[in-house]
Amino acid sequence: MRPPRRDSGLVRPYVVTGGRAHSRISFDLVSLVITVDDKPSGGPEAGLSPEKRSLLALCRGGALSVAEIAAHLALPVAVTKVLIGDLTDSGHIVTRAPASPATRPDIQLLQEVLDGLRALV
Amino acid sequence: MGSAPWSDGRPRAVYLGDAVERAVKILIVGHFAVGKTTLVGALSEIPPLRTEEIMTQAGALVDDLAGVTGKDTTTVAMDFGRLTLNPRLVLYLFGAPGQQRFQRLWRDMAYGALGALVLADVRRLDASFPVMDMVEEYGLPYAVAVNQFDGVPAFDTGAVRGALDLLEETPLVVCDARDRASAGAALITLVQYLHARATKEHP
Repeated sequence: MRPPRRDSGLVRPYVVTGGRAHSRISFDLVSLVITVDDKPSGGPEAGLSPEKRSLLALCRGGALSVAEIAAHLALPVAVTKVLIGDLTDSGHIVTRAPASPATRPDIQLLQEVLDGLRALV
Repeated sequence: MGSAPWSDGRPRAVYLGDAVERAVKILIVGHFAVGKTTLVGALSEIPPLRTEEIMTQAGALVDDLAGVTGKDTTTVAMDFGRLTLNPRLVLYLFGAPGQQRFQRLWRDMAYGALGALVLADVRRLDASFPVMDMVEEYGLPYAVAVNQFDGVPAFDTGAVRGALDLLEETPLVVCDARDRASAGAALITLVQYLHARATKEHP
């Protein structure tokens, strides 16, 4: 049987984040999120909001970007970032910042992108 | 890669490979209905996903969610996809709306992006001006890909370059956004340009 749509269980975004739209830590859309394996399951999650538990359940399967998490949870990106910030603070997840060539173009990285694309398409 | 345990109508999560260490992004930009989502879909290894941002009607990202009501806000959607380039590196392609009022969204998207592929429709070249202004404003290097829609007569790429007032170094290609090989070739042209540019700046 199909489970009920999860959307119906979600409250409005401002309730989800306690009114905050900015996370303390800054995450990029393509920061990668990984759950912390050695965090004991069960107990420590008991106090978490349904949205945070959904986020952890989603991420337990493997690494995903912030944008993918927002899309799968059907939450705005800003709200997702707040949840990810809280779960990082509480030690449930770690994030990996993207390769950022914003300051200095990384020739090696661009070569890797080029090689990858040529092999794929 | 595995899948999330639930199914609720949205695509299931397709997880990244265990060895993925780095992520990069490229923006696919263009005016309404120019084929951004089509191109992302043609290249992505996962079913394209959509995120939504809450914006005020004036176009700012909402800063204090407690103070807003549905009436004051609108959402702006971004479609995106993913390509695992090698076991350690993944590329995300974000289809970005070209409207200038989405400034904050653009800052978020453009930050750290390698560059942008500007999709254009030869029948509506003037609609690409605001998009190119945005890309330039955020300092993103870009290439232009004319999406070859069915039934559009042949055109002279030199004339298109002139109409778009492109720099001599800016690549211009013609592509079919529906076709993986063609869309991929356009993306490769962009990355070749980015590489050449980086090599010139930091030999």
